[in-house]
Amino acid sequence: MIHVENLAKSFTLHTQGSAVIPVIAGAGFTVAPGECVALTGESGAGKSTVLRILYGNYLAQGGSVRIGGVDITRAEPREILRLRRETLGYVSQFLRVVPRVPTLEVVAEPLLALGRPEAEALDRARELLARLRIPERLWSLSPTTFSGGEQQRVNIARGFAHAYPALLLDEPTASLDAVNRETVLELIEEAKAGGAAIVGIFHDLAARARVADREVDVSAFTPGAA
Amino acid sequence: MSGTDYNFAYLDEQTKRMIRRAILKGVAVPGYQVPFASREMPMPYGWGTGGVQVTAACLVPEDRLKVIDQGADDTTNAVSIRKFFQKTAGVAVTERTAEATVIQTRHRIPELPLTEDQILVYQVPIPEPLRFLEPSEVETRKMHALEDYGLMHVKLYEDIARHGEIATAYAYPVKVEGRYVMDPSPIPKFDNPKLESAALQLFGAGREQRIYAVPPYTRVVSLDFEDHPFDPSKAAHPCALCGAEDSYLDEVIVDDAGGRMFVCSDTDYCAGRREAAA
Amino acid sequence: MTPLLEVRGLTKAYGGRIGCAEVSFTLWPGEVLGIVGESGSGKSTLLNCLAGHLAPDAGQVIFDTRGEGPRDVLAMTEPERRMLGRTDWAFVHQNPRDGLRMRISAGGNVGERLMAVGARHYGEIRAQAADWLARVEIAEGRIDDRPSAFSGGMQQRLQIARNLVTGPRLVFMDEPTGGLDVSVQARLLDLIRGLVRRMGLSAIVVTHDLAVVRLLADRLMVMKDGRVIETGLTDQVLDDPQAPYTQLLVSSVLQA
Repeated sequence: MIHVENLAKSFTLHTQGSAVIPVIAGAGFTVAPGECVALTGESGAGKSTVLRILYGNYLAQGGSVRIGGVDITRAEPREILRLRRETLGYVSQFLRVVPRVPTLEVVAEPLLALGRPEAEALDRARELLARLRIPERLWSLSPTTFSGGEQQRVNIARGFAHAYPALLLDEPTASLDAVNRETVLELIEEAKAGGAAIVGIFHDLAARARVADREVDVSAFTPGAA
Repeated sequence: MSGTDYNFAYLDEQTKRMIRRAILKGVAVPGYQVPFASREMPMPYGWGTGGVQVTAACLVPEDRLKVIDQGADDTTNAVSIRKFFQKTAGVAVTERTAEATVIQTRHRIPELPLTEDQILVYQVPIPEPLRFLEPSEVETRKMHALEDYGLMHVKLYEDIARHGEIATAYAYPVKVEGRYVMDPSPIPKFDNPKLESAALQLFGAGREQRIYAVPPYTRVVSLDFEDHPFDPSKAAHPCALCGAEDSYLDEVIVDDAGGRMFVCSDTDYCAGRREAAA
Repeated sequence: MTPLLEVRGLTKAYGGRIGCAEVSFTLWPGEVLGIVGESGSGKSTLLNCLAGHLAPDAGQVIFDTRGEGPRDVLAMTEPERRMLGRTDWAFVHQNPRDGLRMRISAGGNVGERLMAVGARHYGEIRAQAADWLARVEIAEGRIDDRPSAFSGGMQQRLQIARNLVTGPRLVFMDEPTGGLDVSVQARLLDLIRGLVRRMGLSAIVVTHDLAVVRLLADRLMVMKDGRVIETGLTDQVLDDPQAPYTQLLVSSVLQA
């Protein structure tokens, strides 16, 4: 489902004397449907960078990333947009939403963007919010006013609203209590069982051990380290 | 010559030719405002300089001229314009609608149906029906050219929203021959149905330098909404002098105690009816 | 699928000074394209050329019309272009005063486009106006009030209702949230996003506010000195800008 080959990424800092900072070289791995791969490596090794390239958020300088038949590194923006809508989900560490939109709609939005009926989308959103223990009285409020943990759970609910065939997770269990952590792990396991190919970053070692089938050490892709 | 030092009908022949060309163009494109080089006339703007120039360009020595102001032949404006042409053109004058060959009017159409051998000349203050909605002349000309008339209905919409009905009572906009939206000059909307006439109707705006025309038997439709159709209403009284129930009425205050009466605004029509009854 | 709008080599100069030069891009149905750049970068010139308010010196603006498929808008006759401007196209000005008739009631403002395309039933026009006022969250009781009695945010929402009432497919927006309080901006952004999604609109949004494009635009075009210097997915351009100027632009903004 996800094929990464010979991926290279560097940043050119034009505002700082055009310094070129290579961050990734020769990265390659594959994730099959129903499989979860954990990216490991020290802080700064480039785990988040890899995840962002996979989502099309960062441009790669070389190599290829094929997800569901589309090479993200070369695709037109509208192909990536369609891929993100239909195939590729992403749970980031930060919730970025229009300030005034109610939580329920934030969670339902991925389904509405797919053209699903509003009632169905809202039902699914209610189900996920209830499962992640967001109190019902908060559903009509904007999540921008929520605590960090609540925002993270809204973000997860949104990320799991649609059954994406490919899913990217950036520390999905960070800042969650034990009960909610358990729920998120169950969601991940269910997604796997449903055939999703998952790439994740987990600092929570126990969580990683439970859901990840394999680990890919990103340090191996650090230029100059080889 | 008419026994004075003036050229026939005051204007020189070149100017009359120029005005006739504008009139012909107006007749050819009904409802379209034709620009023309309006001349200074020996009367102030607002006193009918546009109508006077059109009349001057139309008159021939055999014509019989009638001039009315608000339907009456005996008001200052009507009297002075009639005298002007008596003096400068030496034409015959009349107060009888049926006898006139050229009628210059301000704010009314005679009650008596006009005929094919008559010309009705209107004095027009503001020829542009879109003016109060769109101040730019460049833009209004474009709107006419492109038949972009949504704005005209916005005005009628505003009327209904504000007053529950189309409250525009005079200068009620019309569409001429299915093409140009036209301001019929400040005639009461009661007169609008009479714009479809056997006579040639010419409109002259002196200050604004525009001439336009409605040729005989041209279709003239008052703008309206399907659920608020055009209604040429009038005061619900008969004329206190002649008893007419089908004519446009003026409300006249008759004493200091608030006494009032409704009488025909068309003085010739009223007088004719009373003569016939006597 | 046919692109909704295809722009090729659009160029406009003011005397010797470049307004915009050699701008080409494709807009697909349902997409929101953001155009960013500082004042004088040519983004407003570009928008006005696209919308037919300015005549470009060269280039093509090919729009997928309902009746006849893709046609170069610049080669259309003025009546055709005007018809497009009040049916399939809409333009939301930064200053609502430029896009509203301030002496006409809110209902009349919304109804104008309907009447311009031939609506002649007062009751139906009014019902549609009321429906649209509700959609942009203006109380029905304000339908006969003039926009001059409205707040800035309400005026902007009224302008949007007035533009969208004929169900356009392409909306041009020039700094739609400029000049509004931050809280009012958020409400407006939410409204625009909802309308874009529900009506399947495509939009071209010119702004210098990067926070606005991040929330509104799918794709981004960065302009400098009249030229497009970078394009891409909105989040990609903002998070991993490539051109020196874009890097400067992004790094100069306080994090939103």
